[in-house]
Amino acid sequence: MGKELQVAALENGTAIDHIPTAAVFKVVSLLKLQKLDNRITIGNNLKSKKMGSKGIIKVSDKFFREDELNRIALVAPNVNLNIIRDFEVAEKKKVVLPDEIVEIMKCNNPKCVTNNEPMKTRFHVIDKEKVELQCHYCELKIKKEEVELK
Amino acid sequence: MKPKSLVNIGDYGRDDIFRILESAARFKQESDRDLLRGKVCATLFFEPSTRTRLSFETAVSRLSGRIIGFSDSATSSAAKGESLKDTIVMVSNYADLIVMRHHLEGSARYASEISTVPVINAGDGSNQHPTQTMLDLFTIYETQGSLENLTITVVGDLKYGRTVHSLIQGMSYFNPTFNFVAPEELHIPDKYKLFCDKRNIPYREFTDFAPEAINSADILYMTRVQKERFTDLMEYEKVKNVYILRDRMLANSKENLKVLHPLPRVNEVNQDVDANPKAYYFEQAKNGMYTRQAIICDLMGVES
Repeated sequence: MGKELQVAALENGTAIDHIPTAAVFKVVSLLKLQKLDNRITIGNNLKSKKMGSKGIIKVSDKFFREDELNRIALVAPNVNLNIIRDFEVAEKKKVVLPDEIVEIMKCNNPKCVTNNEPMKTRFHVIDKEKVELQCHYCELKIKKEEVELK
Repeated sequence: MKPKSLVNIGDYGRDDIFRILESAARFKQESDRDLLRGKVCATLFFEPSTRTRLSFETAVSRLSGRIIGFSDSATSSAAKGESLKDTIVMVSNYADLIVMRHHLEGSARYASEISTVPVINAGDGSNQHPTQTMLDLFTIYETQGSLENLTITVVGDLKYGRTVHSLIQGMSYFNPTFNFVAPEELHIPDKYKLFCDKRNIPYREFTDFAPEAINSADILYMTRVQKERFTDLMEYEKVKNVYILRDRMLANSKENLKVLHPLPRVNEVNQDVDANPKAYYFEQAKNGMYTRQAIICDLMGVES
């Protein structure tokens, strides 16, 4: 008997592999998957040679925009992103954190104006490698593990 | 390009700082000038601060400008639940400049993005208070004849002390050396040590008010150890009297030393220091008005 597939294969769509297990549902939220009607497979705590355990998300017939995908870098900068067409990997992508993050996360400072006024949050990415951000308004520095999504 | 608003001392580069200092020196020579006739300045104090507000309002009045505004958010429409955005949009329709103090951090940056007229941050929570920093820089420049290569000893609450954090930032262009004197609980945050490390700014840390920290200094910058900063009042009682400057402690200090304090003081500078010619905090407070005149005119594009 051959290797058993842990998650069913995708005909067309986007496969996001090697997601740290703690980040899987954050990725779901960042890509707003809960609002899609497409067929979605989410696997978590799967065995991985590389990571020990991992998460995987497959979304049928959906090809995300670059800026949507780059949001993932906030919580999972090292995922494998495959665009699947006709059961084949048509394209491999890397997610890249943009220079600025607008709206998708909140500032951890309760006294920050963004948590008290109806306005968009805005963060400067000061370290793309380590994922360190700074609030454009109150200037608080936020580390990757402290990121709280809106 | 000249900055449109002053939100953070970091908005000002070296050239901006010198332009303001030179202008402030001219205002100190002659502060009553007709430069703002016909202009309206709004002072929006969502959080009360009598000292800062009076300094700004006097600065404007002595230049023949007019003032609108409020001194407490209880008397503003914020008390009715109006958003900051709406208040700023409305006021920037009326005034030529907005001076704002607000308890929320980042509020001044936000206001500067909404406003069509320049905004001066007069304090946004524990974040920034750049006109205080500019008046500190002016006072240091005035008393030392230069900002370069000075040793600055800062004493007191270095953890929450906003003036200290901004002073480190403002002095960073001028090759300073810092002595940080503070109780364990209120020592200088790592991010400012990193800031110094990155710029090769030497510093030493003291937990006692050592004579060495006083005697090596060109500027002794005292701050208040505030009771409200302590969660444990026992801790406050333990440290409150450790960082008190008395006249006799200045006996072996440098000739050019000046003692500064952002005021108000409680007991951290003993009254017996007041008569010492090295005490300069009241003159420093007065300098606030000239510095603010310089900043206001600079942002409004008024030649001074």
